[in-house]
Amino acid sequence: MNDGTAGGMSADEHTHGGDGELAVREPAGLPERFENPGLPEHRHRMADVDPKAAKRAERQVATLFGLSALGTILVLVFYFAVPLKPDGGFVESLSRLQASNLLLGLALFVALFGIGAGAIHWAKTLMPDDERVEYRHPQRSSGAERAEAAQILAQGGAESGLGRRPLIRNSLIGAMALVPLPMVVFLRDLGPLPGDDLSTTMWKAGTRLILDPEGRPIKAADMAIGSIAHVLPEGIEKVPDLLEEKAKSAAIVLRLEPGLLDAAASAGAYQGIVSYSKICTHMGCPVALFEQQTHNLLCPCHQSTFHVPANCKVIFGPAKRPLPQLPITVDSEGYLVARSGFTEPVGPSFWERG
Amino acid sequence: MSALAARRRHPLATVVLVVIGLFATGLAYAAVIPTAASAAQPSADDIAAGRKLFLANCATCHGFNAEGRDEAPSLIGVGAAAVDFQVGTGRMPMTTTGPQAPKAPEVDFTDEEIKQMAAYVASLAPGPPIPDADQVDPAKGDPSRGAMIFRTNCAMCHNFAGKGGALTRGKYAAGLAGVTPTHAYEAMVSGPQSMPVFNDATMDPQSKRDIIAYLDAVSSAPSPGGLNLGSIGPVSEGMVAWIFGIIVLIGCAVWLGSKAA
Repeated sequence: MNDGTAGGMSADEHTHGGDGELAVREPAGLPERFENPGLPEHRHRMADVDPKAAKRAERQVATLFGLSALGTILVLVFYFAVPLKPDGGFVESLSRLQASNLLLGLALFVALFGIGAGAIHWAKTLMPDDERVEYRHPQRSSGAERAEAAQILAQGGAESGLGRRPLIRNSLIGAMALVPLPMVVFLRDLGPLPGDDLSTTMWKAGTRLILDPEGRPIKAADMAIGSIAHVLPEGIEKVPDLLEEKAKSAAIVLRLEPGLLDAAASAGAYQGIVSYSKICTHMGCPVALFEQQTHNLLCPCHQSTFHVPANCKVIFGPAKRPLPQLPITVDSEGYLVARSGFTEPVGPSFWERG
Repeated sequence: MSALAARRRHPLATVVLVVIGLFATGLAYAAVIPTAASAAQPSADDIAAGRKLFLANCATCHGFNAEGRDEAPSLIGVGAAAVDFQVGTGRMPMTTTGPQAPKAPEVDFTDEEIKQMAAYVASLAPGPPIPDADQVDPAKGDPSRGAMIFRTNCAMCHNFAGKGGALTRGKYAAGLAGVTPTHAYEAMVSGPQSMPVFNDATMDPQSKRDIIAYLDAVSSAPSPGGLNLGSIGPVSEGMVAWIFGIIVLIGCAVWLGSKAA
């Protein structure tokens, strides 16, 4: 009893029902195989037995379809009755747009839902609902048919002579391998490669900082301590791909109390005025929540926090890189201008960024 | 006229011309630039009364000469606008220390007293004045242009409809519903607490009036749908779509799958 089989032995005894309680009871009265209970008794619907109920159901379906038609007419009525007036003043334009959205949406809902609900009600109340049985059949072919098919394939292979004529076989393989090549080359036409578009913006030495959206250049003297301005490069309204360029070039310019900036931030600053890319280095959201007292810039999407005096170092959140700085100075008229492009590619990381 | 023309080559003519030119420029500049002169000039009595109020209510934290302490900033140069905003909205005097002074439902001072304190602080050093009624008149602003400027400069913290939003460590951007146009203007020029400054050079007075017009339009705009769901964007709208939309869809699915009888 002190060897390894002891436990096994006792467990064995248990399953054989030695001590009553844990024993598996013999199933009493269960058949070897369950009988097929068959289909439940068919219960007739009201509409099947009562012609009045059928008539009523018919009317209900027609009413639903009628509601749909009414909805469609209402869509048209609302479309013309609540026209959008883009020049009707700000509040009126907005509330008209909202009212139009609401009314068109409700009417369109009635129009579409009426058809669907009517169709389902029709099928459920009036279309035949008696149960039908369709047996499944085995799909495997008989042994003779399978053997015949295999034999046809083998015979075809032998008659084609692929094994005997390697010249044909090899040239065919070569031709088949080459055919997809033009498709691969055509992939070039999917568009030009981005080139260095992702790494460069239209900021260059001497580009003035203009206010977004006013489009006015700003002077260094305009920037009060603790102030922030949202800027774009001058001339951006003339570039053909305005939105792409705006998505890369948007920047913020801020002025902090003197002496706050560290050496790295001061390198691109002009009298305590610094400019940084507005595009978060995490996912490209506009980083523009500036806390004046803590000098932190926040990204609204994932709460990445950049500390401006430390050259926009990341102090919280998922961003991995500091915001690229736009080195600035002033031109002869005192307007803020870029000293060069951004110090680093702006925005989120990309494959070739390095 | 001929006497003037005859003396145009006089050795002192250049000097006289320069003096006249400088004088005219100075006059034009004084006429154009918005200054505290546009508001009623506070009297010496106001300043004295303001100083008394300041010493009784503010000096504990801000110092006897408003020079600031560790826990409170200096008020020299913040201008009357900052005082009118902070005290007028009940943010100051701060009742408890915290991440941020909240807007209080009740203001402890009368308008008169606030104006006196503002006059005292403004007398310490020049700063942005309290705007006059014309500068903050929503009827004179363009809400559509204001909306554009608001979306670029304000919406990231205050939400596109001015509902406010969270900042870091318990700080927040306040909701803008019910803020008086004057207080909104003062907040922009003075940059209270976490808010940056939008001075008249980087955001001209007309732009500020447009923003005020936009805020007025947003707060008075009707909501034809019946519910604006807090105007906080996709969060509340998505929740309604999920909860009610899914219930309707499940109801339809149950109806479709149920046995007719």
